[in-house]
Amino acid sequence: MSQTIDTCGLSCPQPVLLFLTAVKENPDDSYTVLVDNDASRENVSRAARNRGFSVEAIDQDQGVTRLEISKA
Amino acid sequence: MGISSPPHLEKRVLAGRARNEDAVVLHFPPGKAIVQSVDILTPIVNDAFSFGRIAAANALSDIYAMGGEPWCAMNIACFPQEMAADDPQQILPQILRGGQSALLEAGAVLAGGHTVQDEELKYGLAVTGVIDPDHMAVNNGLKAGQRLLLTKGLGTGILATAVKARWEYHEESEQILTEVCSRLNKVGGSVIRELRLPAATDITGFGLGGHALEMAQASGVCIALNTQELPLLPHALDYARDGLIPSGSHLNRNYWSCSTLVEAGVDEALESIVFDTQTSGGLLLAVPPELLDEARSLLQQGGDMACEVGEVLPPREDGKALLLR
Repeated sequence: MSQTIDTCGLSCPQPVLLFLTAVKENPDDSYTVLVDNDASRENVSRAARNRGFSVEAIDQDQGVTRLEISKA
Repeated sequence: MGISSPPHLEKRVLAGRARNEDAVVLHFPPGKAIVQSVDILTPIVNDAFSFGRIAAANALSDIYAMGGEPWCAMNIACFPQEMAADDPQQILPQILRGGQSALLEAGAVLAGGHTVQDEELKYGLAVTGVIDPDHMAVNNGLKAGQRLLLTKGLGTGILATAVKARWEYHEESEQILTEVCSRLNKVGGSVIRELRLPAATDITGFGLGGHALEMAQASGVCIALNTQELPLLPHALDYARDGLIPSGSHLNRNYWSCSTLVEAGVDEALESIVFDTQTSGGLLLAVPPELLDEARSLLQQGGDMACEVGEVLPPREDGKALLLR
């Protein structure tokens, strides 16, 4: 299963909390997380790696980064 | 709110709110200089008394960090209109009582205060202290060879983030926050005076790294922090590894990155904790090596932590003033 979490417009720590809450419910899913600031990108990426996921960051338009997160 | 100080402190007030004066007039000891600071916070814990106590400890800390002793203080409070109109839980008085408990412990008289309506609850104090003008602990007093002692654990910004989010162990984290942030830096302040320490600062919004850099740059030296030696509050490292870093801490790290050299192998989560924005953090004391044992002993006798977190190095050619190793 794959889920998309759009955190654009949210400030820390809301994005990482949304991601971690989703991971708690579905630890084996893959996730696409959209972030629009460096702090959120770093927090979500770090949380994902800490939980055994690999993270690929792909820059989008208008300052948005798409984080492709899947079990390593 | 009807809060007054005990007679031995109240007698410092020559004219004031007891007679609804326009301003307060206080006796001041001869031969001393005044040291002043103001600090105001939004709540980081849910209990009103504890929040008041923490805000006061945080405001008093600046005075201790200079080597001063708190003498008097003015409350500053911002309350939402609905709370001012109807406060069945007595939140306002509890906050002020929490602040007063810290002032009593500090030996400072509450001289007055001011309250305004605001959308968000805030509380803090303007504090005036007395200080010996010949023996201040100043930011430009660092010299290569001095050791650095830290008197409280790190991670209050990260724990406060977890508490706000009601994340894992949030109740325990709130207890830890209350305990650590409510503690005055009174013992550290007395050690500064007793040993005439040349430099010190209190760790607050800029985090350990930012405040260390302020001192290093003012003194024209480099500070080395041993990240493996840092005292961490319980859960802080796990929360940091899970990305529970407040945006202010990210801003700190980015702001100071040009002045900071991070050695290879330093744990990324520990680097975040170095720049974690602290509320009512400990004192960072610069101690000449020959006084290190005595300083540590005095701090511990007073119930404070005395963790050696780093040392002062000569200035670097590359201009970096903070080395994380």
